[in-house]
Amino acid sequence: MTAITPGSVTSAASADTAWRRRTLAGTVLGFCRRHPLGAIGFVIILIICLAGGLADWLAPFDPEENDFSTMMQAPDWIHVLGTDQFGRDIFSRLVFGARTAMIVGFGAAVGGGVIGLILGVTSAYFGGWFDLVFQRVLDVLMAFPLIILALAVVSVFGTGVFNVIIAITIPLVPRCGRVVRASALAVREVPYVDAARALGFGHTRIVFHHMIPNVLAPFLILLSAFVGQAILAEASLSYLGLGVQEPVPAWGLMLQGSAEDYATTAPWIAIFPGLAIVITVLAFSLFGDALRDAIDPKLRTR
Amino acid sequence: MNIRTGLWTLGVALAASIATAQAGAPTPKRGGTLTYLIPADAPPSFDGHRETTFATVHTVAPYYSVLIRVPPDDPSSTTEFVCDLCTEMPKPTDGGKTYTFKIRPDVKWHDGSKLTAQDVATSWNMIVFPPKGVTSARVSYYSMVDKIEAPDDSTVVFHLKYATTAFLPALADPFTWIYKKEILDKDPHWYEKNIMGSGPFKFVSYEVGQSIKGVRNPDYYHKGQPYLDAIEGIFTPKQSVRTDALRADRAAIEFRGLPPSARDQLEKELGDKITVQDSDWNCGNVLTPNQRHKPFDDVRVRRALALAIDQWHGAPALAKIATVRTVGGIVFPGSPLAATKEELQQIAGYWPDIEKSRAEAKRLLKEAGAEGLKFELLNRNVDQPYKFVGTWVIGEWKKIGLNVEQKVVPTGPWFQNMRAGTFDVAMEANCQSVVNPVLDTGKYLPGKIFPDNYGGYDDQTSIDLYNKMQYETDPKKQRADMRAYEKHTLDEMAHEIVLPYWYRIVLARSYVKGWKISPSHYLNQDLSNIWLDK
Repeated sequence: MTAITPGSVTSAASADTAWRRRTLAGTVLGFCRRHPLGAIGFVIILIICLAGGLADWLAPFDPEENDFSTMMQAPDWIHVLGTDQFGRDIFSRLVFGARTAMIVGFGAAVGGGVIGLILGVTSAYFGGWFDLVFQRVLDVLMAFPLIILALAVVSVFGTGVFNVIIAITIPLVPRCGRVVRASALAVREVPYVDAARALGFGHTRIVFHHMIPNVLAPFLILLSAFVGQAILAEASLSYLGLGVQEPVPAWGLMLQGSAEDYATTAPWIAIFPGLAIVITVLAFSLFGDALRDAIDPKLRTR
Repeated sequence: MNIRTGLWTLGVALAASIATAQAGAPTPKRGGTLTYLIPADAPPSFDGHRETTFATVHTVAPYYSVLIRVPPDDPSSTTEFVCDLCTEMPKPTDGGKTYTFKIRPDVKWHDGSKLTAQDVATSWNMIVFPPKGVTSARVSYYSMVDKIEAPDDSTVVFHLKYATTAFLPALADPFTWIYKKEILDKDPHWYEKNIMGSGPFKFVSYEVGQSIKGVRNPDYYHKGQPYLDAIEGIFTPKQSVRTDALRADRAAIEFRGLPPSARDQLEKELGDKITVQDSDWNCGNVLTPNQRHKPFDDVRVRRALALAIDQWHGAPALAKIATVRTVGGIVFPGSPLAATKEELQQIAGYWPDIEKSRAEAKRLLKEAGAEGLKFELLNRNVDQPYKFVGTWVIGEWKKIGLNVEQKVVPTGPWFQNMRAGTFDVAMEANCQSVVNPVLDTGKYLPGKIFPDNYGGYDDQTSIDLYNKMQYETDPKKQRADMRAYEKHTLDEMAHEIVLPYWYRIVLARSYVKGWKISPSHYLNQDLSNIWLDK
């Protein structure tokens, strides 16, 4: 018999942790090697998240402070991306705008995704009339393009960051619910769900412990796509004057109104926020595609 | 022979001179459709008696008549008024206390029935003496009116309590449309949602937030007018869309005013295809703290809000990007009753030393226990200049540690919020028609006297000071009284904060003829004298 000592347990545990660490590193490296565009997307997302999180330290100027002595100044060493019509530093507004984009993007995507996940799995699990009615409700909601539904919601709730998150969350719910339900329908039929039911587990436990974890792969892919969509929707709403309001720094808002008026005389006012939106949405799109390829077993074998 | 030759020569010379004169003023051409831009999302209602916004005037004025008006060919005049529905301007009798108007016999409503003096008298009674439940926005303008009557179908008589020169300018107010008595008797609110007048154009259709269309009224009583076959007003709250529409000739004119940047851009791109008319503007943004909400019931907080704003440096900078220009008090700058720069600099919000002013603002906030105050600025979803000025003001307030969020809403909800008192501080505007300081400053009276004051305060001193100024006939004394009223309103009580006055720049495609600018975007909007040189 081999005696198990505390030391041997500790060393076995650290060996396990090291293995896991190596595996995680290997997974990341493998992901980067197989999906270079996705990796670039991920790095950009990371940079934008850091910029938003560290905006207070990164921004050289107060993004909301008017300075009429520097109105519409072209990019130079002091204002690297120039200034807008109120003399506000565009770089500082972009950095703080990243925070707004991330708050709205992740807030709406996570909110819409999680609600959609729970409703989609629940609908698949119960089936019958509940599923039928719920799917028709989703049909109605999905009949509206995301931005139209968001516009309708904003017109009811009003403008502002929180209301914009709600406005984008609502149209994302059916989009997530529909996809997740399709995966959950397959999971519902597998033996371990029957076994859980036979053991007398409650509906909540079966849905949350046995079904939701098994549809997380498509959910995570959706989530990455939703963040990009939500950022774009926020920019669109702000551009239409229905999102966040001045002087809050937000990329869509920076493109609104005066940016169009000064597009020819001070093009940097429109170019840089436009670029920020394009790069961010592209990054989420690239990362989402790569994540799908990496997680989907059918695509993984190619 | 010599006489005949002389007469013949004289006749030829006379004919030549007439022809020359006519060549100088081109003859208006008939026909065409005028597409014009209305820089708002929609009017809050169609009722001119109730509303105070250009969104209503620009939308609905072409469908209505008024009793008298400023001359359409000289709308800048502040002293000359001409008849619209009356036959001639009356001379006052009874020591200046009675005005008798004869009404034209040839005026028809758009439904074909005849317009009579009864319609005119009923409309004016609704404006001056609104019954309970009916809102008349400018009721304080007519405090001099004692009685209005129509002794027969062609005569309307205004009896005044006292003689005043303020009466005729008030009577020429462009919102005072004449409505049909029969309709008003049935439902005094009918005109809020419907249009039926006797103006140069007949209403055809209205799509909320999209457009309003009208066609020429063939029975219009000013013979030969209107020159246009049809009109279409397009609602375009976004400034860039309006600029693009003018550039692409999708619209011919925008009557309210565009900023200097749009003017410069379109002049550069379109050259002689665009014409520009500009003017000082009897209009300016006003910040109204809601005194029903704490801590805005505290005069120290209101004074602090005023003291934080650097008007003297802000106005010239804003003038480069927005339709604002001149720093002024409660009276239109340039008027004999307006404050001089030195007089203004004695008032909170106009101090020449902004650092000292902001230090005082911070001290007042601390004293009132409102340091770092967080509140909402209610603003209107109109780019120029509301949102520009709103963004500027929030930046100024931030400099004294205030945390202000801008709530931008369409015109309808903007009015609803102000009328319901559901706001902290509102960005509104005091825009008037004929320059008439005595009446224009009625805006700063408490709401019980001036219904369109949304500050939610009562102040008898303010009313007394205003009345003293209003009844004063000596210009020097009246000016002094105006200063006292201004000081009380802006400085001692800080009921309102007057921001820089606007500057009006109207751009039109060069083929639009016949329309002339005035210091008010409310005046001259029935479009009857516009023609297209195409």
